[in-house]
Amino acid sequence: MHELAITEGVVEAVTGRLPGARISCVRLEIGALSGVVPDSVRFCFDLVTEGTDLQGARLEITEPAGRCKCRTCGSEFEPDGPILLCPCGSADVAVLDGQDLKITSVVVA
Amino acid sequence: MCATCGCSGGAVIRLLPADHDHHGPHEHGPGHEHGRNPGQDHGHSHDADHGQDTDHVHIGGPAASDRTVVLQQKILAKNDALAQRNRDWLRNRGVLAVNLMSSPGAGKTTLLERTARELAGKLSLSVIEGDQETALDGQRIQAAGAAVVQINTGVGCHLDAAMVAEGLRALDPPSGSIVVIENVGNLVCPALFDLGEEAKVVIASVTEGADKPVKYPNMFRQADLVLVNKVDLLPYVDFDVRSHEADLRGISPGALVLQLSATTGQGLPSWYDWLRRRTPAPRE
Repeated sequence: MHELAITEGVVEAVTGRLPGARISCVRLEIGALSGVVPDSVRFCFDLVTEGTDLQGARLEITEPAGRCKCRTCGSEFEPDGPILLCPCGSADVAVLDGQDLKITSVVVA
Repeated sequence: MCATCGCSGGAVIRLLPADHDHHGPHEHGPGHEHGRNPGQDHGHSHDADHGQDTDHVHIGGPAASDRTVVLQQKILAKNDALAQRNRDWLRNRGVLAVNLMSSPGAGKTTLLERTARELAGKLSLSVIEGDQETALDGQRIQAAGAAVVQINTGVGCHLDAAMVAEGLRALDPPSGSIVVIENVGNLVCPALFDLGEEAKVVIASVTEGADKPVKYPNMFRQADLVLVNKVDLLPYVDFDVRSHEADLRGISPGALVLQLSATTGQGLPSWYDWLRRRTPAPRE
């Protein structure tokens, strides 16, 4: 349940960048391979934003799919779940996408 | 679901009092420069923390009353920047830091106790010990002869880079030594937080079952070294060494796997060699 710390990090980052601004919407990107569960972040968001400039803000989360490149056969593939196994059977893969955990934008009311 | 777990704000960090003689592994050697500690300037200089972010703010959007501000900021940017600061500091000082992770009860503390005893006088070892509560583990390791900073995370489920910076400041490890950061027993949350370590070591004990790598791939994927502990119990438990290793290969093909028993000492020389090979020479 690191999602609470992650969500606190979001609030800290937004209030640090935009001190005093009332925020009506927060947009996050939580990659499928980031190790963070979007539903848990949603659950924590209301709790963590209470009493801050983000209180009542809408939370929008996009979840980019994972994308990997196999170092054995060279093909690119979308992993099926968190275990990164190429269809050719190799586990020697590089992650190209889906690991990001980002605040993409916020809306200031 | 535990709604309070994850908060790292209430961590208590303290150097356990050295009530044993100063000898062997924790003797402070020459060359520990005060004033260059990683924790010294963290926490207040937020400008520096944001230095690695995409630091320009675009203000746009058609409606004047509703501005969209593009941030494109990594959520863990602050932790990652602090971790990098720890890493730079450790490298400059010539200290090997290892992030030791496992589920509770896998044998992290037992391994460190034995390591501290057996490497006494050969390698200087100190420990940053993370637990939610109590100094019990820290005291065990200290009794074995290593200097220990105990971090109690309270409700927190992992150590973060800010806690480790403070721990390093309190520990003041000598050049040419090893700092093992014993993370909170947990195979989920610690995987996400870079502490500034040189290597991640994950313990998988045979009493836990062989399926841990496939159940917790995020943790095992990042491991540089996997220690299969409690192998002395293999005759008594249902643990398929081959399927465990095959699963591990499928998740972390680059990880080195060592079998050992922290209780009997079986396999420990390979662990000590692994540490020794990575420990930098002391700097003047």
